[in-house]
Amino acid sequence: MTETSAEPVRPAAAPGEPVRRAARDGIALGLAVGTSGLAFGAAAVASGLSPAQACVLSLVAYTGASQFALAAAVAGGGNLIAGTASAVLLGSRNGLYGLRLASLLGFRGRSRLLAAQGITDESTAVALGQQALGRPGRAAARAGFLATFGSLYLTWNAATLAGALGAGRLGSPSSFGLDVVGPAAFLALLWPRLRDGRTERMVALAGAAIALVATPFFPPGLPVVLAAAAALGAALLPAAGAGPASAAGSPDGAPGGAAQRSRR
Amino acid sequence: MSATWIAVLVTAVCCYALKLAGLTVPPRWLAHPRAQRFATLVPVALLAALIAVQAVGRGQSLAIDPARLAGLGAAAAALLLRAPFLVVIVAAAGTAAGLHALGLA
Repeated sequence: MTETSAEPVRPAAAPGEPVRRAARDGIALGLAVGTSGLAFGAAAVASGLSPAQACVLSLVAYTGASQFALAAAVAGGGNLIAGTASAVLLGSRNGLYGLRLASLLGFRGRSRLLAAQGITDESTAVALGQQALGRPGRAAARAGFLATFGSLYLTWNAATLAGALGAGRLGSPSSFGLDVVGPAAFLALLWPRLRDGRTERMVALAGAAIALVATPFFPPGLPVVLAAAAALGAALLPAAGAGPASAAGSPDGAPGGAAQRSRR
Repeated sequence: MSATWIAVLVTAVCCYALKLAGLTVPPRWLAHPRAQRFATLVPVALLAALIAVQAVGRGQSLAIDPARLAGLGAAAAALLLRAPFLVVIVAAAGTAAGLHALGLA
């Protein structure tokens, strides 16, 4: 990890090199973030979910915010229908990510059914970050996505089981600084795009502001979904017409992608 | 089947369905430049929101967690120094863990 892997400009790397680096970044992030499955497993069982229920959520739902939301609803002895609804609403974020990832990753048929399960904040950030890290192209984006998916899925599920069985008492991930790995990684992967694009900067600032302002008024997780309004606003603003927002064209030749990309 | 199991299964299946739905939206729906801009900018907005909420959010309140903020600060410093991705992450986690170990946070 000491080599100069993420130098933004490295014109003439060997063909397989970007793919290997993308995979390595994804694996490391997945391993580190996955440990917070311990916290979920412990919280789920403390809420009154069985270890089997906690594991089914991690295996099938596989999206942290929604899982915590359902556990919280069960814990409160609250309305399970409302709890389920809020968990599903939080999951809509992954659907929005999918809109972007579809053209970037280009999975079809059965591989798409599998890839869909891999969509999380982390895998999205790594897939989208590859171009900004100087590794453009579908191969690197796919490698980053799949590596994050694989390592995070395995770690998250193993940690969920361990946490549900009581391993959470051994020590919290936050004492190892692992709770800061997620936001630090998102910052690192957004960073180059924020430096380059004015539109991206505005959208990021607005998204963060919306989420913070909304935090006291909504259940955890929802403020982040509401931040999508920042993207909606920027997309609809006529003045922002030709922003450098588009980072990858559609493989299906949808108009706009290539033209906007060439603006960089 | 208990009500809790039903809630668990409905949540799990719907969360997967949402992921798949996003990934299978017909390309022509996104052909409009504005739709494409929305799809492109959504991750930027959401990831920035996540950074903010995870930095200073605790449940439904805003709270300063010195270790977490210091960790993010270390990440930002590493980014300014153009450190590789993994170095950024290790700097963030190491800083936060160090402060925890020293009992400062």
